[in-house]
Amino acid sequence: MLTTQFLLLGAVLFCIGVYGVLARKNAVMVLMSIELILNSVNINLLAFSVRHGSVDGNTFALYIIAIAAAEVGVGLAMVLLIYRNRRTIALDDLSEMKG
Amino acid sequence: MVAADLLVAQNVAFGIISLMMIVGALRVVTVNNVVHAALWLVVVLSGAAAQYLLLSAEFVAITQILVYVGAVMVLFLFGTMLTRARIGSESDLNNKNWALGIPVALLMLGVMSYVIIDGFGDERLIENPGDMEPIPVQVISDDIFGPYLLPFWALSFVLLVAVIGAIVLARKD
Repeated sequence: MLTTQFLLLGAVLFCIGVYGVLARKNAVMVLMSIELILNSVNINLLAFSVRHGSVDGNTFALYIIAIAAAEVGVGLAMVLLIYRNRRTIALDDLSEMKG
Repeated sequence: MVAADLLVAQNVAFGIISLMMIVGALRVVTVNNVVHAALWLVVVLSGAAAQYLLLSAEFVAITQILVYVGAVMVLFLFGTMLTRARIGSESDLNNKNWALGIPVALLMLGVMSYVIIDGFGDERLIENPGDMEPIPVQVISDDIFGPYLLPFWALSFVLLVAVIGAIVLARKD
């Protein structure tokens, strides 16, 4: 197995995730694209873990999985709150913060 | 780039699984139905778990299945159902200028691929793939509760804050 093949798979998934974050309007779909990005990072971490013969990559992959779970929980709670207040979760319509 | 002696079972498995993952990821960002996108995301996440098994990270693969495919996906489906009047395909899931994302993603992919291929080239991940041993959970726990105890504490705090924050945000008052 080559190092490059895993890193390229990670890069492809990362870029698809970035496209999803940029292109999607629905907040739930943006959260799904963020999950794609986090998974590509995990593949890279585990590939480097094998490459260096160290277990640190596994540890940090587990940390990233836990962080992603927390992020999805808070993100969906926010989406729910926005939906309750505005009856839509289209990110284009959220302009109170003038972003 | 692929020499004859690289055509081992791991590489064949890698090819099939990564093809599945890329198709699934493309469907996630292009499909016009939120529930279908969530189901395609299951394909990608399961494929990632299979890649972790190829990389001999069994514990991470099992955690991936439990946390992502089990918990996160249920959360996504709940989020979809709670914020949708109807479940079905929709036409307005994309931004007005969604096409701008394509050149950005392609440019990024080009730069990253160039750097990766330039930096690693034909380098083997491991000299003999048959040597790869599954990593015991004990070693991972020694790592978590030894040198990386402080990030573990920080992570516990983040999870606590996330739980409280989610309750406060989603509560009806």
